[in-house]
Amino acid sequence: MNLLELRGVTKSYGDVHALRDVDLCVEPGEWLSIVGPSGSGKSTMMNIVGCMDSPTAGSVVLDGVDIASMNASGLAHARRNTIGLIFQKFHLVAHLSAVENVMVAQYYHSMPDQAEALAALARVGLGERASHLPSQLSGGEQQRVCIARALINYPKLVLADEPTGNLDEANELLVLDFFRQLHADGTTLIVVTHDPEVAALGDRQIVLNHGRIVRQIDNRANARVPVALTPPGGLS
Amino acid sequence: MFWRMVTRALLRQRSKRLLIALTVALGVSLSTAILSVMLDVGDKVNAELKTYGANIVIRPKGVAAVDDLYGQLETPAAQAMLAEADLGKIKTIFWAFNITDFAPFLEAKVSLRPEGAAEAVPVPAVGTWIAKELALPTGEDAIAGMRSMRSWWDVQGAWIADTDADTVMVGKTLAAEQGISVGDRVNLTYSGRSINARVAGIVDSGGAEDGQVIVPLTMLQRLIDKPGAVGRVEVSALTTPDNELARRAAKDPSSLSAQDWETWYCTAYVSAISYQIEEVIEGSVAKPVRQVAESEGLILEKTQLLMLLITALSLIGTALGIANLITASVMERAPEVGLMKALGATDRSVVGLVLTEIVLVGSLGGVLGYLAGLGLAQIIGASVFGSTIAFTPIVIPIVSVLVLGVILIGSIPSIRLLLSLRPAEVLHGR
Repeated sequence: MNLLELRGVTKSYGDVHALRDVDLCVEPGEWLSIVGPSGSGKSTMMNIVGCMDSPTAGSVVLDGVDIASMNASGLAHARRNTIGLIFQKFHLVAHLSAVENVMVAQYYHSMPDQAEALAALARVGLGERASHLPSQLSGGEQQRVCIARALINYPKLVLADEPTGNLDEANELLVLDFFRQLHADGTTLIVVTHDPEVAALGDRQIVLNHGRIVRQIDNRANARVPVALTPPGGLS
Repeated sequence: MFWRMVTRALLRQRSKRLLIALTVALGVSLSTAILSVMLDVGDKVNAELKTYGANIVIRPKGVAAVDDLYGQLETPAAQAMLAEADLGKIKTIFWAFNITDFAPFLEAKVSLRPEGAAEAVPVPAVGTWIAKELALPTGEDAIAGMRSMRSWWDVQGAWIADTDADTVMVGKTLAAEQGISVGDRVNLTYSGRSINARVAGIVDSGGAEDGQVIVPLTMLQRLIDKPGAVGRVEVSALTTPDNELARRAAKDPSSLSAQDWETWYCTAYVSAISYQIEEVIEGSVAKPVRQVAESEGLILEKTQLLMLLITALSLIGTALGIANLITASVMERAPEVGLMKALGATDRSVVGLVLTEIVLVGSLGGVLGYLAGLGLAQIIGASVFGSTIAFTPIVIPIVSVLVLGVILIGSIPSIRLLLSLRPAEVLHGR
């Protein structure tokens, strides 16, 4: 059974079609990379899969539940119970310390547990920096706090939007190492990236262009399976 | 965690929170001050108005009837009189403490001849109390008379005293006509009796007294040979504005039911006080000076309405100020709110968090504003009424409800903004 299934998903903003009739399946434990140029629909797909937006048409089944027609409250429930979000810009609460930022996710999920939050920070190498404010942390450290926050509730699906986009090489390697560990532990990962090297780490890559999946690459088989090869000029 | 998030947020945006608290404090201080003054203003305005004259006139029964019919007084010789000795009883009625002042009047047409003048001229003379010390039947002392009842009189020279046997005051117009100055001597004659007196002061009253001679009551009683007689008494009393019950009672107190009668009698309506005066002074008719009594009620009503309007406007201004400040603050925190929603926070929990912060800040402002308002009320009391404003506990719950109302109304735009924030828009720009 797939953890995520998108069937005929379309998202329109007025006359602008951000996604067009997208079909996609993600198996439990799979690492899927989503690549594509700016405006290709990557963020829209992230928002829909991350329960932060609803499609205009089509169905999105996440962990056996169709979230396409859920109201705001249902989507909030799905977000806190099923999904862990990692952002390119980290999005930490500026006036809360590193450990408190992790505890916010616990608070909205169930019960805050400072010891567990400290352990999560220790796992990403920030045990000593738990009481620091985001402004006192480097970009790489902030991203690791973001990862600790995303993982604290043991989500079934981790969505990472350009997770290495704002990091130097050393921190990029560190973050990717965490992803490898997560993948090895059986966590399902969907990573949106511009970086071909990061994309190549996934089990599978899909390439979006003009709201359609124009290519799918199975890194495990090291084989390229072209799908829906619609020329960009042919889209309206 | 909830309170940790609230306190961290409050500490982070200290200057903005302080601005919100100050805005609330400003509105609340004004509301507290005005409400405190308004609830205490009845007595203050009444007391103030009492300095501008009497609102009850007591006359002998027969004279009152004639005066009502023909609007003129008989000559003192034929006229029924009140007894000066009875006047202290006015301060023994149920509403004795509301009687702020009173003064008796005895009027007669006398002949006045300034020393050195060839001819005497007939002039109205008024005998009255100036600042009479009274030993009341209750054993207490009181001072009554024109000195405080006509506080606006401008006296050139000096006021006469009740015990003076040979000093008078002359009205400004009369003094000008007869060429009388302070220190001159004049002869007052009535039915062959004569008194030679020194002019202690020239009175500028702006009224009928400008053409009269004002003398101590006992002096005029002696001159017209009416010892212990008083023609009428003017009374200043603190009263409650008339309502329907008071109007019914004024027409005929006996028409009231026992319960209504008791309510009326035990309320400081001008008609109830007049009735009680008639009870203690035999053969008297006490009548409200209706125009003055009604004007007082009207002034009080309008003063209170004006204060309510100022309070309402200040609160509306505060609500608008808060609305702007909170909305700006929420807009600034949109990424944080979007993140919380992305982490699974519901609209209700986000609104609850922000509202808690606002209510805490607003409450702090409310307490500061209340304390400042109490001080402001005292300043208003001292500068406008020359007295303190009483602490009114009822202001606390009223102000608390108003603060909460203003905060909640001021928060409406920001709550709408919070509800409309979608995490995808805030975090990904779409």
